[in-house]
Amino acid sequence: MALFEAIILSVLAASTPLLIAAIGELVTERAGVLNLGVEGMMIMGAACGFGGAWLSGSVIVGALCGIVAGTLMSLIFALMTLGLAVNQVATGLALTILGIGLSGLIGAGFVGERITPAPHLYIPGLTDIPFAGRILFGEDGFIYLSLALVIGVWLFLYRTQAGLILRAAGDNHVSAHALGYPVLRIRMFAVMFGGACAGLAGAYLPLAYTPFFIPGMTAGRGWIALALVVFASWRPGRLVIGAYLFGAVTILQLHTQALGLGIPSQFMSALPYLATVIVLVLISRARTGGSTAPAALGTVFVPDR
Amino acid sequence: MQLVLEKRAERSNTIALISPLIAIGLTIVTMTILFAILGKNPILALHAYFIAPLSDSYSLQEIAVKATPLVMIAVGLSLCYLANVWNIGAEGQFLIGAVAGSWLPVVTHGTDAGYWVLPAMLVCGTVAGALYALIPAICKVKFGASEILTSLMLVYVADLFLDYMVRGPWRDPNGFNFPTTAEFDPVATVPLLVSGGRLHLGAIIALLVVAAVAVMLGRTIKGFEIRVVGAAPRAARFGGFNSNQLILLTFAISGGLAGLAGIIEVAGPVGHLQPGFSPGYGFTAIIVAFLGRLNPVGILIAGLFLALTFIGGEQAQIAMKIPLDVTKVFQGILLFYVLACDSLILYRFRLIFPSPKVSSGAV
Amino acid sequence: MRKLLIAATAVMISAGASLFSASAADKLKVGFIYLGPVGDFGWTYQHELARQALVKEFGDKIETTYLENVSEGPDSERSIEQLVRAGNKLIFTTSFGYMDPTLKVAKKYPDVHFEHATGFKTDKNMGIYNGRFYEGRYIQGVIAGKMSKAGVLGYIASFPIPEVIMGINATILGAQTVNPNIKVKIIWANTWFDPGKEADAAKALLDQGADVIMQHTDSPAAMQIASERGKLAFGQDSEMIKFGPKTQLTSIMDNWAPYYIDRVKAELDGKWTTDNVWGGLKSKLVVMAPYTNMPDDVKKLAMDTEAAITEGKLYPFKCPIVDQDGKTVECKGGDHLDDGQVLSMNFYVKGIDDKIPGK
Repeated sequence: MALFEAIILSVLAASTPLLIAAIGELVTERAGVLNLGVEGMMIMGAACGFGGAWLSGSVIVGALCGIVAGTLMSLIFALMTLGLAVNQVATGLALTILGIGLSGLIGAGFVGERITPAPHLYIPGLTDIPFAGRILFGEDGFIYLSLALVIGVWLFLYRTQAGLILRAAGDNHVSAHALGYPVLRIRMFAVMFGGACAGLAGAYLPLAYTPFFIPGMTAGRGWIALALVVFASWRPGRLVIGAYLFGAVTILQLHTQALGLGIPSQFMSALPYLATVIVLVLISRARTGGSTAPAALGTVFVPDR
Repeated sequence: MQLVLEKRAERSNTIALISPLIAIGLTIVTMTILFAILGKNPILALHAYFIAPLSDSYSLQEIAVKATPLVMIAVGLSLCYLANVWNIGAEGQFLIGAVAGSWLPVVTHGTDAGYWVLPAMLVCGTVAGALYALIPAICKVKFGASEILTSLMLVYVADLFLDYMVRGPWRDPNGFNFPTTAEFDPVATVPLLVSGGRLHLGAIIALLVVAAVAVMLGRTIKGFEIRVVGAAPRAARFGGFNSNQLILLTFAISGGLAGLAGIIEVAGPVGHLQPGFSPGYGFTAIIVAFLGRLNPVGILIAGLFLALTFIGGEQAQIAMKIPLDVTKVFQGILLFYVLACDSLILYRFRLIFPSPKVSSGAV
Repeated sequence: MRKLLIAATAVMISAGASLFSASAADKLKVGFIYLGPVGDFGWTYQHELARQALVKEFGDKIETTYLENVSEGPDSERSIEQLVRAGNKLIFTTSFGYMDPTLKVAKKYPDVHFEHATGFKTDKNMGIYNGRFYEGRYIQGVIAGKMSKAGVLGYIASFPIPEVIMGINATILGAQTVNPNIKVKIIWANTWFDPGKEADAAKALLDQGADVIMQHTDSPAAMQIASERGKLAFGQDSEMIKFGPKTQLTSIMDNWAPYYIDRVKAELDGKWTTDNVWGGLKSKLVVMAPYTNMPDDVKKLAMDTEAAITEGKLYPFKCPIVDQDGKTVECKGGDHLDDGQVLSMNFYVKGIDDKIPGK
């Protein structure tokens, strides 16, 4: 039982950065924009988030710095793809290159430094409840924030008019524009939200997960977040399942190794990716009519005047 | 008063020619500022990046060596992108091509196998790359699974498969258990073009690939179909084009070319199979494809140019002690400027004075 | 505009030419190829510290240059050759994967001297050097055996190459001297460097009952997790006490500086010859961080073990060595395994209840 609880706690922590980055990208993509630069925005969030926390001594300041850094990076992307109608795939990849370089420059000043990580919650009474207490009331704030974010995004997308308009812009920008909605402005906000989330997700790594900064510490998590959005077929609820599933496979493969089951470690490491492909095929197959992607995803829009 | 982007009636050929120059000019200005902030002499730094690599035959060869896989992969990818399907897993196809192509040199190592080995390897690599690319293509056509995701996921799988083969079954028996195959025999190695240098036959193959794809796109029905499906899918449907077949075809070609590039890289500059031999060529090639405007000749130039920044970045590190991160920033900024300026080929800026009526639609 | 460009280009060419011709010919140029960024706080960082030590030692007599983040693929040969072409006469290539590229370039430039870390191929102008890190691991094993209340060690491994396997074996052999029933749980992270994954692995090991964590991956993440849980851990490559003041027992530190200084001195004196150095505690290539967070008797035991290894009285791979299937391993080095056997080690010793991946 204790082991089971411990595994769940590890899974929660491992999934949280993926979930935060992915929920941001989900909103971006729902507005019809494909930003492949999540990795670049995340690593900038990590560098600036750590820097902020290290200089100020406050995890919250650090998180805010991460959010600002991610947002600024996403603004470059927005300027390019929305302002100048540049191809989104190429711009996203270029953003990742830029982010990795810039974060290295910024982070060079505090490599080898350490900070006090984000504290774990403790609510007397509640946190002490056996088993569920630690999980529901005893982890760092980011974990609960990520779930709140998902619920918020779900409410926004499906329960508000603004959300409806955002989805409309992502599905058919020509019609949305014809109806008088400011497609580009909507998309800009969506891209910025994605950037802010990616920055926060990046900041989570040095602020709560492994409290130090090292160049390249995101180690491909931005790419996994991108995959999760598609895996979740652009639905917030499924995103939670996907992120925790991915985290669970990652953690469980470590546990099966420690148990000495003797399965090739490369095969175990490949499992999450294979699982994603297979689940995606199954989901897509179960639905008639193929893809559920926002119809205008990745396409350039320049309003007629 | 507002500045807005507006589509040109037709593409501007003037801008098409001068836009790279504007982009390079802007990059130079930006980097000069950055170098000045970092306390480096901008003129010397820019010299190291742009001029030094072009001023001797050794560096020129190295640029060609670096550009070879990038161009080969990017040309294939451009077919997918023209047809509006998104193969972003070229890295995986590159790796699988390398692994499959390495099978022959591993099993024939130390035997007196003849000169058929290398051509057979190239075929194996190409076929494997194509088959690997067909997985996401079939998932897309049959089940509607997003090819962006599946092709990307398969990159990681390919990487781990390579890892497994080299650490397990194919490990060099005389290599102290280190994770690498034995060095390939001479008959399994891509011949060099210049003795003493590193320029190899792969560069010629890359040129042939560029020429072949240019002909295919410009002169054949299939090439026409690819362009129409991408540019006007509705028209293509009315025209009776089979878009599923085109998805399979473009994926197979791009995967095949990526696989070919993979085995050439392994049998050429590397000389044996080892984990981590690719510095992410499959991803860099995506940028090359767009820098080259999805045009085979453009991709050739873009590939050479990007290779120049890699070689130049190294020389800047040596001559000026400029950190590698600055080179990354430099590449990122350069890419942004080039892409932004290219946008002006199809669009132009215009100042407008909005009347209250249309203000809701403006940005 | 065109004229301006041409003029600017001309200025740049001449400026560059003067830069390269003006570089002092009498200084010895020493080049380095690094696998990671200089700020990785692990493997590359330690080489970078040694380079800085060189600069401090020789001052104006040498000029050093490094290329960082050089991947072990087709780029490395070019990077090495670039250093040669920039006039470097002594070049250190600091990762196993640079072995064949270094050899190729060495054959091409017989006048330049090369030093390759952790490989096994040499030439007239290419020497090799490595650290006997397993000596440190043996000491860690002894400490861990004493300090583990549960009798279970957690080991985060990177890749199943001999270097890592000999480390695991040395640890267990050391631990068995103080606790014959010691158990080890091993997780292969399949990476040298991914702080998040290393942290996850550390959590998994602790959750499964291990109470001392040791690692053969490069970041301080595992140390921090152990620190968070109030358990114990060993550092890797560098001093990591900062990341676990109450956690770190000791750390195996790579100390390349004495070797680099020695080789540069030989080069300056014109006495450089190819070599094959596998230095351990004795030659100070491997240095143990202070023994902390342990009772005095364990500390004394650790220091005694260190002294015995340093003086050549104790060999970590002392015969008889029994593998995990119960077969006694042939003893080629008299009373201990010879270097060839250690360098190609691909078996677990008795007491390890696991299987080497890919075997």
